[in-house]
Formats: sequence, C-alpha cells, structure tokens
Amino acid sequence: MQEGQTSAGSLEFDIVAAGKEAILAALVALGLTIFMLGFRATDAPGGLQLATRFDWVAIGVLCVFAGRFLIALLRQKKEKSGSFLGKGKPAQKEQGTETASQISDRLKRVKRFSHLIGLAMVAAAIFLPLSPIADRYIVDTATLVVTYVMLGWGLNIVVGLAGLLDLGYVAFYAVGAYSYALISQYYGLSFWVCLPLAGLLAGTFGIILGFPVLRLRGDYLAIVTLGFGEIIRVVLINWYSLTGGPDGISGIDRPSFFGLPFARVAKDGETFHQFFGLDYSSMHRILFLYYLILIMALLTNWAVLRLRKLPIGRAWEALREDEIACRSLGINPTNTKLTAFAIGAMFGGFAGSFFATRQGFISPESFVFIESAVILAIVVLGGMGSQIGVVFASVVLIGGFEFFRDLDEFRMLAFGGAMVLIMVWRPKGLLSFREPTITMSADPPPGKDGQQSPRPVGDAA
Amino acid sequence: MLEIENVHSFYGSIQALKGVSLSVEQGEIVTLIGANGAGKSTLLMTICGQPKPREGRVILDGQEITGKPIYDIIRMGVAHSPEGRRIFPRMTVFENLQMGAVTANPEHFDQDLERCYQLFPRLRERRNQTGGTLSGGEQQMLAIARALMSRPRLLLLDEPSLGLAPMVVKQIFEVIEEINRKEKMTIFLVEQNAYHALKLAHRGYVMVTGEIWRTGTGAELLANEEVRAAYLEGGH
Repeated sequence: MQEGQTSAGSLEFDIVAAGKEAILAALVALGLTIFMLGFRATDAPGGLQLATRFDWVAIGVLCVFAGRFLIALLRQKKEKSGSFLGKGKPAQKEQGTETASQISDRLKRVKRFSHLIGLAMVAAAIFLPLSPIADRYIVDTATLVVTYVMLGWGLNIVVGLAGLLDLGYVAFYAVGAYSYALISQYYGLSFWVCLPLAGLLAGTFGIILGFPVLRLRGDYLAIVTLGFGEIIRVVLINWYSLTGGPDGISGIDRPSFFGLPFARVAKDGETFHQFFGLDYSSMHRILFLYYLILIMALLTNWAVLRLRKLPIGRAWEALREDEIACRSLGINPTNTKLTAFAIGAMFGGFAGSFFATRQGFISPESFVFIESAVILAIVVLGGMGSQIGVVFASVVLIGGFEFFRDLDEFRMLAFGGAMVLIMVWRPKGLLSFREPTITMSADPPPGKDGQQSPRPVGDAA
Repeated sequence: MLEIENVHSFYGSIQALKGVSLSVEQGEIVTLIGANGAGKSTLLMTICGQPKPREGRVILDGQEITGKPIYDIIRMGVAHSPEGRRIFPRMTVFENLQMGAVTANPEHFDQDLERCYQLFPRLRERRNQTGGTLSGGEQQMLAIARALMSRPRLLLLDEPSLGLAPMVVKQIFEVIEEINRKEKMTIFLVEQNAYHALKLAHRGYVMVTGEIWRTGTGAELLANEEVRAAYLEGGH
C-alpha cells in the first residue's frame, strides 16, 4: 500500500512511447499474419481460389497492439517504482551472507516442498483412472504424457545431469521399439523378456554413439547426435528385409498380465477377464498399459535419483559444470560420458518397447526429429536436471498439445506460444533450482562433525 | 619426488617449452615464476600429460608418467588445483569437496573433510552454499581444499593468487605454508606473484620464454638483482 502512495505522484505513464512500441509490434504482427491468416487457398469448382479473411488479421493485429501496449505500461510502472527494485537488489546480494543455518533451513523447506509435490503427483497419477472424469481418451492421453515423462527423465541424465546436448534421443526410443518388435516377432519372446533386452540394446547403441562424440561439446555434439538420430531412422526405412522399411512392423505382441492376455477370447488358456471373473472390457488393457508405464517411469525416477547420489551421478554433474576441473580431480571423462549416454539410452529403450507394445504397430514415421525436439524441450522447459520439472513440462507440452487439438492448424502456434511464454517467464526452465544431493546439518558442534557427518552415499531420498 | 628432464612441448608447430629440467624433492615447496606466456602453465599441463612432450621425461617417484592421462596421474597421489580455480559453481561447497575425494579411499573422507574445514574455517560456514556464490578468495580456498581431499603426496597449484586482493593472497599463502610445515606436503607452485611465491618457497625456478633462466633458493632469488629488476620492481 505504501508503495502505491509513494510512487502515485510519479505514476504518469509515457503513453506516446508505449503507443509507438505497440504500433511497431502491431506492424510486425501485420506482416506475419497477412499471409498466414489473411489469405487462404480454397477448393472451388474450376481449381483453387484465393479467399481472404482480413477480419482475422485485424483481430490478431489488434490483440498484439493491445498486448504490447499493456506490457509497455507495466514495464514503465516497474521502472517508476525503481525504489522497490533498488531495495530488492541488495536484499538478493545478502543471500551470500546468509548464515549457514538459514541456508540449510531454506534448503530443507524446498526439499520438503518438492517431496510433497512429488508425492501428490504420484498419488494423482495412481488415482487418475479411478476418478469419474477418466474415460478412455483421458487415460490414453495420460499414458502418452507419462511416456514422455519417462523419456524426459531418461534424457535428463544425458542433458540435465551430464550436460551433453543430445538432439538424437529418439534414436534410442526407436532402437527400443524395434528391438522389442523384432525379437518378439522372430523369436516369439514375451514383452517381459524383451524389455530388458531392448534396454540393453539401446544402451549399447548409446555407447556406440558415445564413442565418436567423446571429444565434442556443445554445438558440435548436438549436430553429431542429430545426425545419429537420422542415421537410425534412415536405416530403419531402408533395411526393408529386416524392418519392413516404411511399412513398419504390425501385429506386435500386446503385453499380457503375467501371461494372461487382454482379449475377449484366448487362443489357448484363460484371458485376463476370465481369470479374474470380470466382464470383458477393452478398458482393461488401457488401464494396464497406463499403470505399466507409470511403474516404469517411477522406476526410472527412482533410479535417476539414486544415481545422482552415487559417485557416478556426482561425476556427471561435475562434468556438466567443468570438464577441466573433473580431469584434474582424477575423473575419467570418457567413462563418465559413456555411462551417461548408455544409461540415458537404456531408459529410452525401455520407453521404446513400451511404445511398441502399446501401439501394436511401429514405423520409422514415429521416430522423426520432432520427437527428439519435443523430449529435449521437455527437459529444457522443466529446468535442466529437475525431475519434477520434467513432469510439469510433459503435462504442459504433451497434455497441452492434446488440449489444443481443436485448434487444428493453429495447434503448433499455441505450442510455440506456450514455449515462448515459458522461456520469457522462466528463462532457466520451470524449476531451475538444483537440489544438492546432500545437505549438512545446520551447526554441528565443531569437532563432532568428523564423526557424525553422514556418508554421502548412504543418505536416502 | 618429481623429476622433469629436458622437456620439449609444442602447441602445433609452436614450441612452448625448450628443454626444461627441474626437480621437486619430498617435503619442499618449489615455485616456478615467470611472466605471462613464459610457459609456466604449459609445464604444469605437461606434467599432467597434456600436451605430451615431444622430447624429455616426467618422472614421479622413479616412475615415468610422461604423457599419461591426467586422471591416471591423479590416482598416483598427485593433486592439481587448476588455474582460474575451476570450482563447480552449481554444486555446494560440500559437494565440491566430495568431488575432490573421488579418487580417495572413502574411509578417510570424514577425517579429510575435517582437516579441510580446519584449514579453511570459512568453508565450514559455507558448506551448504553453492560454489558460484562464494567470493573469489573463498573459491580459491575451495579449490585448494578440494585438491587436498584426495590425500595427495604432491600438490600442484596453478596461480592460486590469480585475481585476488592482496589480503586474501596473504591468507592463501599462509595456508599453503601451513600445509607444508605441518603435514610435510610437497608443493609445486606456479605463480606470477613472484614476491609472495619466493618468500614462501624453499626453492624457485624462474622461467623465460620456455626455458629455465635462473634457479636457487627462494631467498637467493629474492635477493638476486636481475630477478628483482624483472619481476619484483614496481609494487608488492
């Protein structure tokens, strides 16, 4: 309140400047929209005809004008009440002189809070299919979201923890999917046997990719991984005799509930609904798949959280921070990077075999670059290295993508807009706070510290 | 403990070291001083295996380590605190120290941690703070402490005074002296801050354009007219 009074006198907005800015933005919007929204090729008797929709252009330009005008005014207000900002800055600096106990208190609060959120999310995920709103569509979408959560967590090892920018992650997803599809088709092995095999194969591919890129960093690494993703896809398309090329593989074995298939009638033996004395419902399989991916994703999360506390996980993070320092501490960057690639790829492979068994059909079409980009976007928007951030970002991106399905061709526009907004609002990702793997107690009596300091590895989440 | 014999190192076709020989004995502080571009850091990097010298040998405790990868050399009991501190900015002080101990026996961890906290009480206060929020001096303390966490027999320090206020430099050098005196730690110190380094060191080498120009005890070099003229006039 006081703030308002002190700055009320000086709160005269420079309307002209704001207006100029808004007009400029509106002009840019006009340039962009006039072709994208203003003209439209329509089917008419006698060929294509050009239709116009200048009303859409006008609406768009007006929206941009108003929006920009408001933003400019808001910014002026912020600048005017500079005293507020001026006070804010030293307060932030004082963080450095916070006492150790204050810091560890803050950390504890953040930790507890994120644990609570995590638990709430797990509970929500478990009970989602039981809630009244859950229909086939919702559960299917949720399955998709959780698949991307798992992929995001897998890629988080490579990008978030080890800091290696991987633009070809979808390759491992593809390797996992094709491993499962091919092994189950050629050898008739069940999903449960193929799952670890697929993970293993994808991990091997992770190492194969890892070797040539060991010396590369940043942009160069990104380009090579991008190429790797494309190589896998192109091989899948062209190796017709094995993969069926662009036709893909259909009739992939669906998963069974410990040997009980989800079908109306079984070829031999009982089906799931007969065994449990239920009426047949196609929802059973949907629900089973949902819980399956949920468990797989939670296991991934558990594994990543554990790994972070192990020496190898800390080495990944250290490698992301400073490779030269890592070397001079005796860390072998080669092994560290390869394990990051291999383990990240392994989880991608698991998710891939789930994808194959869920769809029952796979083709190289499913493993295009945009998939890698979406998974990477999930990791980056979530805040690199943050596990819960990945969940938020998946819900926003994948869920939002489904949510905006009615927008048809403007779906990508909404998608892009959402990304830009997130990056403006949170430039380091939704949750950029890095939780230390271990926090020391506030103020131990000196001398006692030696005996009681917890072993770094033993501290459980 | 550390012998460097007639080492020639190159960056591409540019020769950075032109036949450097020096030795560091057990329990000594030996300093290498010289101007920018004299080849001090190159020598330290050559000891650590990169660049691999085209000629000459690096010997640690009678074992040749020429051109070995640095992570193997570190496992032989050498610790390296790199130039420009290079702490892990997003990790806490404690986690930084943990990283220093990756090659050490985990049983020593608590003891080594306590030792570092005693040498640098500031680090104990700041142990839950991220490395990036520390001041330059504290970061340098952290870099040295992190190197000590591996229980080295030989500590290589690359310009610990870089970019620090004179008061802080004094503090850091006091600790280096203390580590050497109390624990008989062998220290090889590369410095531009010739006055402090020579005052501290038992012996010193002065490097000029890739060659050792003068050598002697710290006091001798401090008193040497030519060294004074070249490195000590104007300041300190």
